[in-house]
Amino acid sequence: MNELLQQLTEAVGVSGAEHEVRALIRDLIADHVDEWHVDTMGNLFALKKGTGESDLRVMVDAHMDEIGMLVTQIDRDGSLNFLNIGGINDRTLPGKVVQIGAKKIRGVIGLKAIHLSRTSERRSVPRADSLRIDIGASKKESVRKVNVGDRVAFVSEYREMGDIAMGKAFDDRAGCAVLVELLRGEPFPFDLHAVFSVQEEVGLRGAEVAAYAVKPDVALVLECTPALDIPYDEDVSTNLSLGQGPGVYVMDAYTFHDPRLVAHILKTGEKEGLPVQIRQPGGGGTNAGAIQRATGPTPTVTIGLPGRYAHTPNMMISLQDYANMVKLADASLRGLTRDVIQTD
Amino acid sequence: MDLFKILKQLSETPSPSGFEGTISQTIQDLWAPYTDEIITDRLGSVIAVKKGNGPEPRPRILLAAHMDEIGLMVNQIVEKHGNGFLRITNLGGIDVRQLYAQRVLVHATGPQAPDSPLPGIISAVPSSWLPDSRQSNAYEMNDFFVDTGLSYENLQQQVTIGDYVTFDQELQSLMGSVAAGKSIDNRASVTAVTATLHELQNRLHHWDVVAVATVQEETRLLGAYTTAFSQKPDAALAIDVTFANAPGTSGGPLPLFDLGTCVPLGLGVNVHPGILNALQEAAKELELKTELDLHGRASGTDAYGIQVARAGVPTGLVGLPIRYMHTVVETIDTRDIGRAGRLMAQFITNLDETFLDKLADSMLADTA
Amino acid sequence: MNDLVKKLVEAFGPSGFEDGMRDLIRPEIEPYADEISVDTMGNLIALKKGDGSGLKVMIAAHMDEIGLMVTHVTEKGFLRFTNIGGVRPHTLMGNRVQFADGTIGAINSERLESIENIHPLSKHYIDVGATSKENCPIEVGQAAGFHRPLVVQGDYYIAKSLDDRIGCVVAIEAMKKLKDTPHDVYFVFSTQEEVGTRGAQAAANHILPDVGIALDVTSTGDTPGARTMAVELGQGTAIKVKDSGMISHAGLVKIMRQRAEEADIPYQLEVLLGGSTDARSIQIAGPGAAAGCISIPCRHLHTVSEMTNINDVQGSIDLLVAILSNPIDV
Repeated sequence: MNELLQQLTEAVGVSGAEHEVRALIRDLIADHVDEWHVDTMGNLFALKKGTGESDLRVMVDAHMDEIGMLVTQIDRDGSLNFLNIGGINDRTLPGKVVQIGAKKIRGVIGLKAIHLSRTSERRSVPRADSLRIDIGASKKESVRKVNVGDRVAFVSEYREMGDIAMGKAFDDRAGCAVLVELLRGEPFPFDLHAVFSVQEEVGLRGAEVAAYAVKPDVALVLECTPALDIPYDEDVSTNLSLGQGPGVYVMDAYTFHDPRLVAHILKTGEKEGLPVQIRQPGGGGTNAGAIQRATGPTPTVTIGLPGRYAHTPNMMISLQDYANMVKLADASLRGLTRDVIQTD
Repeated sequence: MDLFKILKQLSETPSPSGFEGTISQTIQDLWAPYTDEIITDRLGSVIAVKKGNGPEPRPRILLAAHMDEIGLMVNQIVEKHGNGFLRITNLGGIDVRQLYAQRVLVHATGPQAPDSPLPGIISAVPSSWLPDSRQSNAYEMNDFFVDTGLSYENLQQQVTIGDYVTFDQELQSLMGSVAAGKSIDNRASVTAVTATLHELQNRLHHWDVVAVATVQEETRLLGAYTTAFSQKPDAALAIDVTFANAPGTSGGPLPLFDLGTCVPLGLGVNVHPGILNALQEAAKELELKTELDLHGRASGTDAYGIQVARAGVPTGLVGLPIRYMHTVVETIDTRDIGRAGRLMAQFITNLDETFLDKLADSMLADTA
Repeated sequence: MNDLVKKLVEAFGPSGFEDGMRDLIRPEIEPYADEISVDTMGNLIALKKGDGSGLKVMIAAHMDEIGLMVTHVTEKGFLRFTNIGGVRPHTLMGNRVQFADGTIGAINSERLESIENIHPLSKHYIDVGATSKENCPIEVGQAAGFHRPLVVQGDYYIAKSLDDRIGCVVAIEAMKKLKDTPHDVYFVFSTQEEVGTRGAQAAANHILPDVGIALDVTSTGDTPGARTMAVELGQGTAIKVKDSGMISHAGLVKIMRQRAEEADIPYQLEVLLGGSTDARSIQIAGPGAAAGCISIPCRHLHTVSEMTNINDVQGSIDLLVAILSNPIDV
């Protein structure tokens, strides 16, 4: 069992309330870094000093936050109204177990008995504003146990079966785990500025201020990226496939990832004998979109771990892909010199 | 008796309609200490007899709670990019809107099936891939597949068409005595019958008590019809969950019940008014609050099958209010289980030699 | 076997009008049965006795077919009709029906306003070539079956009413092949299956079998745009796990699979999303029977051109014989 992934994915950190994850990561890295601090938004910065061979300022980012919900009102019957935080498909909500606030109060999102609903009702998407979280309490008890403004996360145990791991929030705790492993390794030729960022799911907001603060010469974003190698009649790209290695981004809705860095990563993969996929160019986005332009043009690239069923309580990744992503990120960084990003 | 613990064990046991072997074993172990004989019949129903203290031949009261749960079944194994996925169909009435992103267990029986069930995730293609005309529609059963992370080749070796799939859901403890999970329908009623049998240990009762955990209620009330035929009871109680008030829920003209407040008792065409009366009397003795749980055409419970076995069986219906019936987060106040258990024990204790005559008489006078 | 198939599939016998079918089947099975009876519902029941060590087993194949019943004869001699069983309007136009007396009729619908919208049954009619109510040879209440000759093409049968005359063929051929059985086997050629497995229900409540196996056709998932289903034509007999009316007894399914594997009979597992069989009635009779079904994969169900594969039929016969020749431990 990969304990790092288990701890990180089972911890709760919905956008804007990443406390638990932040404290956990701080504990995981404190002995392996030279300095750490937390900024006003909650980004966790760590500095791992290099060997002094290179004066590059390198930033590596992974976001701590996950999708979830926000308690907005407590109804007369004690049930909770909520808003979605981040890109949650309403189809995901019914029949799920959730945890509320710092005390992790358990609740469920129910659905009217099938016997009492009309067929037409069952054919349409149950919208979040028509659903409630039920903690089994009267209004009086609910008011005592739950605060309006509490964040709500799905409950999902981490589980492994052979090469496969399932659980919630691999997006982007898997990226956080890779970054923790990098920090725990030998020093790099340069100072490595690690950023565990907040509020990615609500618009890449943490990374933007973090990049401004770090002012890196080059940045690497570690993400978990949708793998769509699933049954579908039409012949479309899978975006990424599970088990085929980490993916490198070329273009998404926010960013043309730095072509020199893309080439560097592909070359590193080839040299090290590591599988690398090209993530299907198109929509979506990563913190690269914020970092690349926050403090003047910064060469930035993203490596994504293929993950099925992002933004649901139950994602799936390949542990082999994860191990390869750690190796690929590590080797790519160690081979990173000023020459790589030299403009002619 | 720790009812939450019993409910947790029963609720987490995977046994959908037609595949009750696992839950049957759990129930036999649970009931054996409280009963004199225990058997399973050819279709799998558990039949446990606790002998009464009256002179032979003793009348028999049947307590019927179904032990099956709703579930899924594999009906196709498909390949995409070398990966294997399972297409599924339902066992019992499932609102498909809750299926997306659920965790399940595939009870594989293929030639190289593993010893324990295969964990999987129910998913579907991203909704953005659906045609425009379906953008505001829920996913349909055909959209879903189960992903176990296995390659097509491995999956084919492990899983077979017709393998059943259950929801992987732990019973959750919510506030106070409220619990939520899968299969509260109808493992809560099995728990209540267990409480009744436990309670009867310290009591004298004239009648023989035949406790049955029936099979395939969710699909066709199969165990109710067949055990009521084979056991020839003189009277019967069906125990099943009923609808509680919940956010976004309305019973239309029917009143629903608040969790933790009452024992709903069935009134309608499947219920003998004399049995209802006797249940109400027993509740009064215990100072338990009851409410009427009304049905017009059919109760949708085992009572429907039992009532018409052989020459007919006077049947009553005891309810347990739950929220979100037929979802994986059915919600119950566990105190209601204990109350229903005690009520049935009191009702049984009150059964004497004259009860059947009184029932017959009651059919000639509308006392309600 | 092809002669028997031809005889049975071409014969007239909608639900409730199975007399002719019974007369065709009875002589086929008489040499192989210990007792033969006909009950009030018209079920033909042949008992083959066991050696006393086995169970009471009911085998059911239904004799009836879907059809039509005349509800009204118009002044001009056209026949309005209702359905007997699952007859759908889009399968009707241009088809021919036969009545018990041999009269043949053609079916058409009233003129279509738009090709997109098919008329309901009530706007269809049968034309038997009559010109008035008076000279029409058919009266209200008479039943019609479809009329279509059998085609044998390679390994395939194409015919009307393979549902479930092919099941009857399986039962008859199995009776011929079955030497010794430990079981008292009741071969029931049942009536009124297409209107709700009524004949089998009555027979099962009388026989109260320990085990019930229906022999019936099932759908396939191998045609363009078919519903999700893993059964394919020509890939072997199908052992039913579930249909929309019942879940087969898991222990019996296991035994059926075991017998098929022992005898090297290719088989498929069947999960049918729409439809059910006589096994549904047998399962719930009395104290309940361990029920299952040997299904013959069949395309184009409830049309006049149903299609089955001869090897699947042969496999079904072999499987039934293998099951009945051995103990059934349920």
